[in-house]
Amino acid sequence: MKYALYLGCIIPVRGRNYELSVRKVAQRLGIEFVDIEAFSCCGLPIRYIDRQTSLLMAARNLSLAESLGLDICTPCSGCASMLTGAHRLLKEDSELRRQVNDKLAQVGHHYEGKINVKHFARILYEDIGTEQIKAAVTRNLSGLKVAIHYGCHYLKPSLIYDGFDDPEHPRTLDELAAATGATPIMYEYKNQCCGLYTFGVEAEIAYDIAHAKLEHVKAAGADAIVLACPACAITYDHSQRSIAKKFEAEYDLPVLFITQLIGLAFGFDPSELGFDLNRVKTDELLAKIL
Amino acid sequence: MSKLDPKFKYEVAAQPGGENIMRCFQCGACSTCCPVREVADKYNPRKIIRMILLGMRNKVLSSDFIWLCSICHNCVERCPQDVRFAEIMDAVRNIAMREGYIHPAYASRVEAIHNQGVLYQITDRENQRRHDLGLPPRATEYDDVTQILDLTGLLELAKKDKEE
Repeated sequence: MKYALYLGCIIPVRGRNYELSVRKVAQRLGIEFVDIEAFSCCGLPIRYIDRQTSLLMAARNLSLAESLGLDICTPCSGCASMLTGAHRLLKEDSELRRQVNDKLAQVGHHYEGKINVKHFARILYEDIGTEQIKAAVTRNLSGLKVAIHYGCHYLKPSLIYDGFDDPEHPRTLDELAAATGATPIMYEYKNQCCGLYTFGVEAEIAYDIAHAKLEHVKAAGADAIVLACPACAITYDHSQRSIAKKFEAEYDLPVLFITQLIGLAFGFDPSELGFDLNRVKTDELLAKIL
Repeated sequence: MSKLDPKFKYEVAAQPGGENIMRCFQCGACSTCCPVREVADKYNPRKIIRMILLGMRNKVLSSDFIWLCSICHNCVERCPQDVRFAEIMDAVRNIAMREGYIHPAYASRVEAIHNQGVLYQITDRENQRRHDLGLPPRATEYDDVTQILDLTGLLELAKKDKEE
């Protein structure tokens, strides 16, 4: 199993704990990554104001993987949504593909629509499977209660994702977490957006949205939030202190990437999985299982 | 009240993402599942659709609410008429930008991507940090991305904010 690893904008700079743990988990499961230095932004941040430009940017990245004959694996939900959506459009609409390629030719690229794009967690669920993950567990995480946060673009728009999970009743991340022995718990607002996109526009709104989920996760007695998107981690991990301060609350809720959880279960040392880079301290959580 | 433009709905419908606006029968499913609507009264998807259908072109394009969508796509999943409200907002923002309205948060994203190919700049120092963690380097320059944004004129549009 070999993929071009697509990291996007956030992971290489602000999600290196995610990247470290993705690489470790992949290595253990025999998934090989090819790093393409020239991968840029996927185009998502400008999709909402200029579809044409964002499509060109996505096609540029897709073409870089296609020229090496590789499918794309991305651990970022936003990138998964942008690249999957763009790929489908370009594959299905030959006239649109021709127009995009006319423009791309001017910057030296060409996309035929021949590769596939998948989120790393989707690869773990669909192509590796929870049984194989269970078989690789050397450190049982039973006793850990985790609140799974799906975020939005991992599941939606569901039209582009071939029904691999249900946006109303998602289960893939819960099942992956359960394969480690940890217990995914139910909590209110489980399917709620992290609100990050509103941060730069009107921070008050973003704070209110994030606050509601943190309250419900805390009330449900979770040991940690577990997620699969570097943007959601900015909200819940990087901004948790300022949200707590604003609402005079105390959360102290560790935020783990699903790959950090699986990596722990595979027996890796927390330092190999980037736990030092988590903003909310994970010492108490680790003391429960180490 | 500003003048109504009865053709506005056709203008939106002609944009990618705006095609299904006329299907809306005002059930409000989009508003009930919207995380932004839940915390901010000024953002109401059902009402925004109504404003577009009524032709309140200037009011919609110059509003601050068209920039508040958190892009969660709940409304796209739940709409019984497949109106795809999040995409309607894409269409509206595309028109707004060409009319010279852009929120500074979006303008700065455009500038960052134009200049550095990614939202967060990869400096030599970042690459050194990556190296210290055993991670491979990232490119620090993306000339072809700059060319793409020049080709489509996006940077020029993003600089033309009417507010200034």
